[in-house]
Amino acid sequence: MVYRASIDGTSWSFADLKELMAKASPQRSGDELAGIAANSAMERVAAQCALADLPLARFLEEALIPYEKDEVTRLIQDSHDKTAFAPISHLTVGGFREWLLSAKATPAALTALAPGLTPEMVAATSKIMRLQDLIAVGAKTRVVTAFRDTLGLEGRLASRLQPNHPTDDSRGIAASTIDGLLMGTGDAVIGVNPVTDATEDYVRICHLLDDIRTRLDIPTQTCVLGHVTTAIQAIERGAPVDLVFQSVAGSEKANEGFGITLGLLEEARAAALALKRGTVGQNVMYFETGQGSALSADAHWGVDQVTMEARAHAVARRFSPLIVNTVVGFIGPEYLYNGKQIIRAGLEDHFCGKLLGVPMGVDVCYTNHADADQDDMDALLTLLVTAGVTFVIAVPGADDIMLNYQSLAHHDMLYIREVTGRRAAPEFEAWLDRVGLTDEQRRLRPAPDPVLFAPALAYLGEAA
Amino acid sequence: MSEKNEVPTLIPPLEGLARLRQFTAARIGLGRAGIGLPTAAHLRFAADHARAKDAVYSSLDTKPLAGGLKRLGLKVGFVRSAARDRDEYLRRPDLGRRLDEEASLANLPPSDVVLVVADGLSAAAVDANLLPLADVLVPQLRARGIEIETAVFVEQGRVAAGDPIGQALKARLVILLIGERPGLSSADSMGCYMTFAPKPGTPDSRRNCISNIRLGGLLPRLAADQIAWLAAEALRREVSGTSLKADPTRAIEGKSG
Repeated sequence: MVYRASIDGTSWSFADLKELMAKASPQRSGDELAGIAANSAMERVAAQCALADLPLARFLEEALIPYEKDEVTRLIQDSHDKTAFAPISHLTVGGFREWLLSAKATPAALTALAPGLTPEMVAATSKIMRLQDLIAVGAKTRVVTAFRDTLGLEGRLASRLQPNHPTDDSRGIAASTIDGLLMGTGDAVIGVNPVTDATEDYVRICHLLDDIRTRLDIPTQTCVLGHVTTAIQAIERGAPVDLVFQSVAGSEKANEGFGITLGLLEEARAAALALKRGTVGQNVMYFETGQGSALSADAHWGVDQVTMEARAHAVARRFSPLIVNTVVGFIGPEYLYNGKQIIRAGLEDHFCGKLLGVPMGVDVCYTNHADADQDDMDALLTLLVTAGVTFVIAVPGADDIMLNYQSLAHHDMLYIREVTGRRAAPEFEAWLDRVGLTDEQRRLRPAPDPVLFAPALAYLGEAA
Repeated sequence: MSEKNEVPTLIPPLEGLARLRQFTAARIGLGRAGIGLPTAAHLRFAADHARAKDAVYSSLDTKPLAGGLKRLGLKVGFVRSAARDRDEYLRRPDLGRRLDEEASLANLPPSDVVLVVADGLSAAAVDANLLPLADVLVPQLRARGIEIETAVFVEQGRVAAGDPIGQALKARLVILLIGERPGLSSADSMGCYMTFAPKPGTPDSRRNCISNIRLGGLLPRLAADQIAWLAAEALRREVSGTSLKADPTRAIEGKSG
């Protein structure tokens, strides 16, 4: 089906829904690299006009990636909830944008709507929204999940403590973990990206993090971000696995590149659930996504990267995760060229994920070959927290010495809590108070009692 | 009001934390200025990032580098990739893998092994490490009876740019040296990629990689040992990539150095 728009006497046509979606995307290097971006600023706006007039229901009729060739498309279509969709089923994309901005879209209405939305619908809507629209709607969505603490509550902001080390050295990981805990980070998860994918290392790091957590009695969860098959093997060997991690993408072929299928993810989830390690909830999965991952695997089917990213969120949604984050600035400048593109993508990913009902966080980050710096990260963090992001990631001094990129610093968490008043997860906040890390105003004390951390420091002595 | 001002401006890290620095190069125990970084830590980070950015936008100082390779008896050629400038190089990895249409290798002799030198994401890394490596590597290859006569510099080049060069020069093996993506702690890391029977479209799984070649990382002279051994094995077994693993004894040598 051909889609058309006319602006001031000039007509534009788009051969199919896939082309219309790609050309309506705000500018980014990844769509240009794929050769699917609009050829001019006017063509982009024309595509946005045609997209705004498109009935949302059209996405249920015209699949961007064939149903019979892609299990992600099958998941999206087979799990679509028509009853939940009913309140907005008569709207166009443009009409849906207005509905979202209106008082009708209350937090409760958005929660009820989520199962009725497909990733293509939310991606399309994001394309005709400004940053303030993405923020305003994001701020109204609530996705609450729980394991040992409760994430996503109103007025809260969680953080992942990411104590990576270039050789997976136990003492190095422990040192960065203690450093982060002393800065009040870690209520979303304490999660390590291992260098190797060896099961022995996975199990060792898993025990290390669990030891620190139990010795200090912290109401949080730990995770080793190895491959899902490694996690399954570790569980079989009796490792204390809280969360199972996996990178996911928006097509079957891209997931094949990650060495996963939906069936394998289900198997891993069942294995983690069987351990019954959660205390206040049983959301046991942790997923990472990121614009450009499908294109880099040559598995994007000519579909733009915002839409492929939202489809990855639909994959995550299927497994009721505790947390999901986009690694927005990590994938490189050939997908998101500069600070402007990274900032917009971070807010798009958060908006799409939250509308779909995913507990969306963001790794606010960049690499040294992207045209971005700390100012861009400050801007993105401040905008995301205004938009109600579930969690962000922090490393010592913003410098991840294993993955060689810049994420946020623990100090950035102090900044954003101070200026926005966002609080840590309630169970974790109570722990910070109990061990004397924070004062009555929930600010970090200048000098917490080192005795409280003696068990963790002793662990380092033993490990040495 | 002012007598209540008992919180220090600069809050030092906990005493025990300083000891933990021996376990990691991570920026732990920075202390804080209220909710922010102390000025010194903030500017240290800025300097490290600036060095990395400058490395990405650095360009090869080919004259002295080529002079050094010629002294080793190599014929030296110069080509460009299809990426016109650094911005296009960063946006279009596909262009960095192809040669410019006007690139000519006609005046160079065919060579069994061809050395290709690409700026990659850090020309500064190549400027610093190419000659210390080549001075050891080229004699070692020849001592093993391996013929190496030709070196080619490729500007705005990615790893796969070695493939069309190797094919044009009828090389059995391409040894490609390239600047790696700079990190905050090191902006001058050079990588080496070795490809047997190079031709456009070669998958990365058919290459062997040795990375982090620099002073403070894998020392150039030790990297040369590993590369010479791998090159000899690749030529002997007529293969490169995942089926050809590095010599473990040499890997250990490299680490202890």
